[in-house]
Amino acid sequence: MAKGRFGKYGGQYVPEIVMPVLTELEAAYEKYKNDPEFLAEVRKYFNEYAGRPTLLYYAEKLTKHYGKAKIYLKREDLLHTGAHKINNALGQVLLAKRMGKKRIIAETGAGQHGVATATVAALFGMECKVFMGALDMERQKLNVFKMRLLGTEVVPVTTGTSTLKDATSEAIRYWAANITDTHYIIGSAVGPHPYPTMVRDFQSVIGKEIKEQIKEEAGGKIDYLIACVGGGSNAIGTFYDFKDDNSVQKIGVEAGGRGPAVGDNAITLSSEGPLPGVLHGAYTYLAQDDDGQVIEVYSISAGLDYPGVGPEHSYFRDAGVVKYVSINDQEALDAFQLLSREEGIIPAIESSHALAYLEKLMPNTKEDEVVVVTLSGRGDKDVQQVAKALGEEID
Amino acid sequence: MSRLEEKFANLKENGKKGLIIYITAGLPDAETTVKAVLEAEKAGADIIELGIPFSDPMADGPVIQAAAYTAIKNGMTVKGVLEIVREIRKTSQIPLVGMGYVNNMLHYGFEKFTADAAEAGLDGLIVPDVPHEESAEMKAACKANGMHLVEFVTPGTTDSRISETCTTADGFIYCVSINGVTGVRKIDYSPINNVIEHVKKQTATPCAVGFGIGSVEAAIDAAKQADAVIVGSAVVKRIAEGKLAEACEFINSLRSALDENYSK
Repeated sequence: MAKGRFGKYGGQYVPEIVMPVLTELEAAYEKYKNDPEFLAEVRKYFNEYAGRPTLLYYAEKLTKHYGKAKIYLKREDLLHTGAHKINNALGQVLLAKRMGKKRIIAETGAGQHGVATATVAALFGMECKVFMGALDMERQKLNVFKMRLLGTEVVPVTTGTSTLKDATSEAIRYWAANITDTHYIIGSAVGPHPYPTMVRDFQSVIGKEIKEQIKEEAGGKIDYLIACVGGGSNAIGTFYDFKDDNSVQKIGVEAGGRGPAVGDNAITLSSEGPLPGVLHGAYTYLAQDDDGQVIEVYSISAGLDYPGVGPEHSYFRDAGVVKYVSINDQEALDAFQLLSREEGIIPAIESSHALAYLEKLMPNTKEDEVVVVTLSGRGDKDVQQVAKALGEEID
Repeated sequence: MSRLEEKFANLKENGKKGLIIYITAGLPDAETTVKAVLEAEKAGADIIELGIPFSDPMADGPVIQAAAYTAIKNGMTVKGVLEIVREIRKTSQIPLVGMGYVNNMLHYGFEKFTADAAEAGLDGLIVPDVPHEESAEMKAACKANGMHLVEFVTPGTTDSRISETCTTADGFIYCVSINGVTGVRKIDYSPINNVIEHVKKQTATPCAVGFGIGSVEAAIDAAKQADAVIVGSAVVKRIAEGKLAEACEFINSLRSALDENYSK
C-alpha cells in the first residue's frame, strides 16, 4: 500500500499525470514542514496578517442559558476573511512560493476558500484562478465579486452537477495540464496525499492554541471539543492535538440537511452504515449510490455539502477517536439565532451546526466541566440566506 | 494468449499499427453502444476501450465527461456495461478493455468485478485514477481472472517510475501524449515519442498513445514510435450527436491512414 495512509484511508488515487507534481509537493513539504525559517514565516503571517492567535472566549451568557458546563468559543471567525480557511491558504501559498510556482488555483463551493485563496494570491502577487460551480456562482454572487475584486479569475464549472465536487475535479484537471508553474491549494483536509496531512498541519494551530489558552482560562481541563465537519479541516485542526487524550471527548458535527433520505443531507460518517470509496484522490467514507456513483449531497450550509470527507476523519471514526453526529438545517438555524441573541456573535451557518449540538450535549454535562466549540467562521455571508429561511426577503 | 495479446502479436506480424477506439458505454443507450462497437470493428478498429461511466471522471475532458453524465442519467450501470460486453461477445471477438474509475469497481468489489468482467468477456481494465503505487490489489484481482491491467506513462513520468511500470506492465502501456485530460487538441507528440523509445528498451509490452488525437494527421504523428493509437473524444463526440455513421467513416479514415503510412 502506498504512502499517506491513515489506517486504511487516504492514499493517492490520481492520474499518472498528477503523480510527478504530487511527489514534488510531498518532497517540498517534507523539506519545509520542520524548517524553523519556514515555520517562522508562516507564524509571522498568521499573527501579523490573519490575526492569530484567535481568542478563546468564555461565553458566559450562553453558559448561563444552558446552566451546565462552561462553554468556550474558539474564535476563528475573527480571522481576516472571516474563517479558518485563511490558515491553510497562507501556509500553502508560502510553500508554493518556495517551490517557485507562479500561479495558484483553487476550488470553492460557498466561496470562502476561494476568497481566502484570492486574498493570499493578492498578498503575494501571484496569478490566481478559482474554479467554482456555475450553480454556486449564482448562489454566492457576493463572494464571486470579492474574488474578482482581489484580482482572481473565477472560472465557472458547468460539468456534472455544477457544484463543489465538480469544481474540485475541474481544478485537478487544470492542474494536470499546468503542473510545472501551478500550485493547487485544496480547501479542506481532503484529496490525495500529502494534502490531508499538510492541510491538517496548517489548521492544527487551532487545537494548539486551544490547549495553551485553556490553561489560563480553566486550569487546562477540557471535557468536550466540538467542531463542524464538511471536508473537515477546522475539525481536524481542532482535534489533532487532543487525539491521544481520552479525557477529552471529541465530537464532529456533520450536516443533516433536510433529513436522512439519500441526497437530502451531507452525512458521510454519522450514518448507520457508511461506505468508503474513492473521490478526488483519497480512499475515505463517501456519499454514493448503489452503483458507486458519487451523489450530490445537500445542506443549508454550502461549506458542508461535500460528498466525501477528509480521510483522517474516516480513520478517527473507525478508531473511535472522534464521535461523529449530525445536525439538521433547522437545528443549525436555531443555533445561528441563539448565539446572535445571547452573545452578540453571528456565527457562520457551518459553525452553527457545531453550536447546535450543544442542545443535545449540555443537559448531560456537569457544572464543573468545560466545553470548547470551534467557531470556524462568521455569519455575515449567511445573513441573506438565513433571512430567507426565516421567511424574510432582504435585497 | 488473450484476445488482446493475440491482436498485438498479429499486428506486429503484419507490420501494422493498432487502432484503439474509445466508446462510452450507454451513450445514449446500451443498444447504440453494442451497435457502435460492432460498426467500429467493421470500420477498422483493432481494439475497443469501453468506457464505464463514472460521476466524477477526473482524467476526462468535456466530451467524455458529458458522455458519462448522459449515460448515467439514462440509467447505465456497471452491471449494464457488463451486459453490453456479453451482447458484443455473441457476435464479435474484438479485444475489449474496460476503462473506468476505481470507485465503481471498489463498490462492486474488486474481486467480484474482475471475475464478472472476465466472465462477460472483457480482456482488460484501464483505471486512470489508480496509479502504479495504488495498483497492487487491483492487479492481483485482474491476474486471478486472466485480465490485463493497463498502466500509464506520461511525458512527465520520471525514469525510475518508467522502469517500475515496465517491470509490471501488462496488456499494453497507455502512453499519455500530454499533461492534461482527454480531448481533441493540437499536440506535439515528440515528448511522448521519446518516452516510448525509453520504454521500449525495457519491455516488450506494446505501447499505445492516447489523449488529443482527433485527426488523421495527429494519428500518424502519434503512431511514430507506438504500436497503437487511442482515439476517444473525436469518436464519442460524433456518437453523442447521433452521427454513428460519420464516426465510423472517421475510424475508417484513421485505419487507411495508419495502414498507408506504416504498413510494411
